[in-house]
Amino acid sequence: MSRDWQSAALLLAIMITVALLATLAPPAMQRTVTEAFVKLVVVIGLYIFVGNSGVFSFGHVGFMAIGGYVSAILTILPAKKQVALDLPPFLETLQLPGLAAMAIAMLVAAIIALLVAAPLMRLRGIALPMATFALLVIVHVVALNWQSVTGGRQALVGLPRFTGLWTAVGGAALALVVATIYQQTRHGLALRCSRESEVAAAATGIDVGRERLIAFVLSAVVVAMGGVLFAHFLGTMTANTFFLDLTFVTLTMLVVGDMRSLLGACAGVALVSVVSELFRSLERGIDMGGHVIEAPPGLQEIALAVILLVILIMRPHGLVGDWQLAWPKKKAKEGS
Amino acid sequence: MIVIQNAIDAISLGAVYALAALGIGLIFSIMRLINFAHGELIMVGGFTLYALAGQPYLVMGLAAILVAAILALGLERVAFRPLRKASPATLLISSFAVSYLLQHVMLMIFGSRPMGVDFLPQLGDAVELGPLRVPELQLAAIVVTVISMTGLALFFRRSRIGVEMRAAAEDFTMARLLGVRANRVIAAAFVISGVLASMVSLYLVAQTGTVSYKMGVNMVLIAFVASVIGGMGSLVGAALGGFLVGIVSVSLQAYLPVDLRPYRDAFVFLAFIAFLLWRPQGLMTRRADMERV
Repeated sequence: MSRDWQSAALLLAIMITVALLATLAPPAMQRTVTEAFVKLVVVIGLYIFVGNSGVFSFGHVGFMAIGGYVSAILTILPAKKQVALDLPPFLETLQLPGLAAMAIAMLVAAIIALLVAAPLMRLRGIALPMATFALLVIVHVVALNWQSVTGGRQALVGLPRFTGLWTAVGGAALALVVATIYQQTRHGLALRCSRESEVAAAATGIDVGRERLIAFVLSAVVVAMGGVLFAHFLGTMTANTFFLDLTFVTLTMLVVGDMRSLLGACAGVALVSVVSELFRSLERGIDMGGHVIEAPPGLQEIALAVILLVILIMRPHGLVGDWQLAWPKKKAKEGS
Repeated sequence: MIVIQNAIDAISLGAVYALAALGIGLIFSIMRLINFAHGELIMVGGFTLYALAGQPYLVMGLAAILVAAILALGLERVAFRPLRKASPATLLISSFAVSYLLQHVMLMIFGSRPMGVDFLPQLGDAVELGPLRVPELQLAAIVVTVISMTGLALFFRRSRIGVEMRAAAEDFTMARLLGVRANRVIAAAFVISGVLASMVSLYLVAQTGTVSYKMGVNMVLIAFVASVIGGMGSLVGAALGGFLVGIVSVSLQAYLPVDLRPYRDAFVFLAFIAFLLWRPQGLMTRRADMERV
């Protein structure tokens, strides 16, 4: 079995173990773990493009929003849609099962990603990440103002909450498998080559723009799946959920582990989720012998930013660095 | 007449954008850092005004400038100096982290609700210029920008550190070999960017009368666009880009069909992407920034 599959199998085993442990925990804790798995889907999706290409994208949360809104429109009860939105009749009466809605949402994200990225991937250097910023802003402005479809500034409520613990784990497993397969294909290898040296890759005949496009579309689809899961986890959609803060959190998750490996991406999600949960419980207040110690709101985010900065400064390749997961090595036979 | 009115709107808005873009362009030209936290320098300037509300306006304004400059200096020392050798992408992420950090420190101290500040409300009055009515704030924005830019131009040509800064922007390694002190030049650049940011906060607070922990975000996104359009690293370009974005925004606001107007910013950013595809290197490009193999 290849190194990549060994690592994926072990990660999968760890994920299932964590999920099994979570089933024993109280419901609040289970929700936290579910949310972490949903974020993992998004971060793995982000990894497919950012990790393999080395190019930062600030626009992927936009695809989360697109996935979430499409799925919301397809699953909310027609009666509720009639009140909150102003959709064409065939969309208003339509109500699909979750999986079908998710598939359509991912398809829509794929088409938009293809249309948008085809010209964008020609950009080089710092212009490309800046353009992805523009993408995020455009999606956000549209979501905030397209009253008849997204509900505009009001929250869109009434999404069926079908994202439970095992749905999220299933999504994360699927994302992991897709990412593992992708990075072993010709395209994945070529893109990783361009990450190390764009010039050398181009010189060996790799069409860097095209490889980036393939990864971008694939990663947008996976991120959109994460967006669908997230929307049906929250049960509501607001435009402001899918903007800079979420972009920051997901990028932090990707970078603190090691953005160049799936193991790093998973480790980053785990670390950030644990830290967030610790501080969230601090913010709720801890009873210490009659005295309730309560951290002010905002501390969780501050901790996150500090951790990211410290890791960027002290360990530029992330916590995990170049460490890889693999089977324990068999001892060499005597005499060989 | 409406055309002239719109032109004045465009120039004054462009002037503010140009100030914000200059702050970002200056830092980028010297250390390849796209400083997302520039927005938080603006925000902290605004909160200084809030904290000193009731003092004479001059005191409030000078304090805001001072605080933003000191904060910029501090950020350089604590967060960006250790990362000086990092790639532009890593620097961008780290400035993103600094921005997030500062926002939430302010959230922790002041809460998330926007708060009213009384700062030069009389600038809202309009001046009659023939048939035109121009808010004083717009005139002030134009005047302040012109003065700042003239000051900057003189600083870059006449003062020793200004010349060093230009040399560092041209070729940092070479400048250091010739005796330019890296720490001094970069620190000075951050102080200037802090001062420029505080000017923007004075404008924003005088215009809206409120401060909030997210007040710098929109401005910094626009300033990004402006500085990239100008050509990252070129100061003249950044200023030009600022005015251009101002003109595009005001024209869209004025001439878009009414039901599309709420989407104005989406169109601005769409135009930005279109511009990038046409001229990814920006309007003004320096030879030193061309990628070489």
